[in-house]
Amino acid sequence: MKWYLAGVLLMAASGPACAYTAYVSNERDNTVSVVDLDQMKTVKTIPVGQRPRGITMTKDGKDILVCASDDDTIQIIDAATLRVVGDLPSGPDPETFALHVSGNPLYVSNEDDNMITVIDVPERKVLAQIPTGVEPEGMAVSPDGQTIVNTSETTNMAHFLDYATRKMVAGVLVDARPRIALFKHDGSEVWVSSELGGTVSVIDPVKHIVTHKISFEVQGLRAEAIQPVGIRFTNDDATAFVALGPANRVAVIDTKTYKVKKLLLVGQRVWQMAFTPDQKYLLATNGLSNDISVIDVERLDVVKSIQVGRLPWGVVVSPK
Amino acid sequence: MIALTAGAAFAGRPRVARSDPATVQIGYLRLLDTRQTISLLDKAPPDNGLAGAKLAITDNNTTGRFMNQQFELSDAPVRDDDDPVAILAGLAEHGIVLMLSDLPADRLIPLADAARAKQVTLFNVQAPDDSLRQENCRDNVIHVAPSRRMLADALAQYLVWKKWSRWVLIYGSHPEDALLADAYRRAAQRFGARIVKEREYKDTGGSRQTDSGVVQTQQQMPVFTQGLPDYDVLVTADENEVFADYLPYRTWDARPVVGSAGLRPVSWDPASESWGGTQLQDRFIRMAHRRMTELDMQAWTACRMIGEAASRTNSVDPAKIMQDTKSADFGVAAYKGQKLSLRDWDWQLRQPILLSDGRTVVSVSPQPGFLHQVTALDTLGIDRPETKCKLR
Repeated sequence: MKWYLAGVLLMAASGPACAYTAYVSNERDNTVSVVDLDQMKTVKTIPVGQRPRGITMTKDGKDILVCASDDDTIQIIDAATLRVVGDLPSGPDPETFALHVSGNPLYVSNEDDNMITVIDVPERKVLAQIPTGVEPEGMAVSPDGQTIVNTSETTNMAHFLDYATRKMVAGVLVDARPRIALFKHDGSEVWVSSELGGTVSVIDPVKHIVTHKISFEVQGLRAEAIQPVGIRFTNDDATAFVALGPANRVAVIDTKTYKVKKLLLVGQRVWQMAFTPDQKYLLATNGLSNDISVIDVERLDVVKSIQVGRLPWGVVVSPK
Repeated sequence: MIALTAGAAFAGRPRVARSDPATVQIGYLRLLDTRQTISLLDKAPPDNGLAGAKLAITDNNTTGRFMNQQFELSDAPVRDDDDPVAILAGLAEHGIVLMLSDLPADRLIPLADAARAKQVTLFNVQAPDDSLRQENCRDNVIHVAPSRRMLADALAQYLVWKKWSRWVLIYGSHPEDALLADAYRRAAQRFGARIVKEREYKDTGGSRQTDSGVVQTQQQMPVFTQGLPDYDVLVTADENEVFADYLPYRTWDARPVVGSAGLRPVSWDPASESWGGTQLQDRFIRMAHRRMTELDMQAWTACRMIGEAASRTNSVDPAKIMQDTKSADFGVAAYKGQKLSLRDWDWQLRQPILLSDGRTVVSVSPQPGFLHQVTALDTLGIDRPETKCKLR
C-alpha cells in the first residue's frame, strides 16, 4: 500500500498541471474510455464500432482514429465533441496503424488479408494496397519518414517498406508472432517484440539485420508466460519500456546495454502503452484487469491504476 | 506465378531478384475414409485434412515470397486396398521426402519402416495411438496429432479442477476404445479422480440414426445408464461413433457427458477465436468454404512446421529442415497462446488441448495448478521419465 499512498501524495503535489486526456480502446466493450489525467479517472465512454483495437490521434490533435476491426473500418472521433464523425476506408479487419511523421498518410495492417492499406486521411481515400506477410500486425514509420516497418505474425518478419516507391525493400526474420515495431527517435534502431518468441529483436534499419536480441526473466514465472507486446522509448532514447503481456510486468530497459534494469508490476495481460506528452507518466493497458496502470517515468514506479472498459487494448494521449 | 509475384514486388533487390525460387515439396498420404458418424454435422468433408495442408502451403508461400522459397503439396490418396508403401515409394522417386501421414497406426508402422530406407520423414497428423510414441516409436516419424493420453489428461485435469472427480467410464467394444479407456484410467490415477464404475457398450452393428431411430435411443440410453453408483460425470470412450453422442440428455441420472461426446478434448475447434484464431478461421473458410476441423489443424500445423524451419534455416534442404525442426529451440505458433515444440524423447508435438462442447471452447488445458518442472505442456501425455521410446 505504501507505493500507492506515495503516488497519491505525489499526484496531489503535482496539482492539475498536466491537463492531459488519454483515450483507451476497449476491445470487448466496443467503446473508447476517455481518461482525465488530472483527476486520474475515466470521465466518459464513447460507443464505437466492433472490436476497437489500434488507436491514435491526428497530428493536429483534432481527431482520434480507432480501428474497429470487426466492422472493417477505421472510425474518426472528434476530440472536441467526443463523437464518431466519420470513417476511413481501411480494408478488411484493420488491427493497428501508424501515421506518417508528416501527419499523412496512414498505414494500416489488415490482419485478415495479408495487406497494408495506405490511406489519405483528409481525403478519406485509399492510396494503395501493398501485399505483406501472413497476419500483418505492427506498423512503424521512421523519424525521417522514408521507411515504414510492418510485422507479420505468422510469417514472423519485420517487412521494410520504402515510403516513396511503396515497394518492400527487405524482410527481417524475428522470433515467433511479432507484434509491435517501433523506431527509436534518432532512427538508429527498430525494436520488434515477439509475443510467442518472448523476445525483442533490435534491428539495424540500414543493414536490415538483427543486432541484438533482448530476452526477459521474471522470477517465479515460466518462460511461456512472458509475452512482449507494447514498446515505448523515452524522448532521449535512453530508456525503453516493454509490456510483457500475461507476465503482468512492464520491463524497463537501458537502451545502451540492452539490459532489463527494472520490472514494474502492473495489471493483468499488459498490452500497449503511451506516454503523456511531458513524459512524466507512461500509461499501460491491462487487458484482463480492465484498467490502465499509470507509471511514474522518473521514479519508475506504478502510482495508480484507473478503471476503464473491458479488455482495454490501445491507448493514446493528447494535450487537452 | 508465385515466382512472378515475388519478382515484381522486389525488383532491383539482389536477394530477391532471382527468378526461380527454391522449392520444398510435401506429400500428403491420406486414407480415403467413409466412416459413419452419429451426427450428420460430424460427417467428414472429402478434403478433410487436405484443406488444412493447402492453407498452410498458401501461408508458407506468402512468407516464401520474401525468402525466395516455394512450397508445393502433392496429394496422394490411399484407397483401402492400395499399398501405402508403394505410394510412398512413388512420391520418393519424385524427390518428395517430407510427407504427412493421414493413416491409422496399423498402416503407419510398416510405412515408417519403408520410409526410413528412403530417408523419408513422416508427419503423423492422424493416429493418436500411444504405442506409436512408445514401443513403436520411430526417429523418422513426427507426431503432430495429440496422443490419446494427452487428450485424456487434458480432460481429466479440467474435471479435477471442476471437482468432478467421481467418474463412470463407458467404453465401446472396438480395440481403439479399449486403448482410450486405458488412457482415461491412467489419467484418473495421475490427477486424483476415481472411476466408480465401468461399463462396456457393445457395437452390435447396423446403421446409426435413422428416421425412427430417435424413439429407440430415447428408451435405450436411460436404461443403459441405470443403476450406477453415485457419480459426478460420465466419461465416454467411443472413437468409432457408436454410442457416445446418444448419451447427453438421455442418461438415467442428470449428469454431464464428456470424452467422446459432450465436452471433448480436441486439437482444434472451429469456434476457437483466441490468440489470433479468428484470422486462421476466416482464412480457412474463405479458402475451403467450410469450417476447420481437428484434422485440418493438424495438417496445417505439420506444413507450417516445415515452412517455419525452411525460413529459419533459409534452406529448402529436407535434411536441414528436419534438423531444425528437431532442435531444442524450434517452435511453431499455432493459435494456442504459446509456441509448440517437439519432445525429443518421442517426437511428439507439445500442445495445449482445447476442451470443446461443440459450440464454444470451454477451457484449454493444461489447467492452472498442474505443475511441471520444465513446461506445463508436459503434464499432458507421456513425459520424459515415463517414456519407453528408443528413437532410431
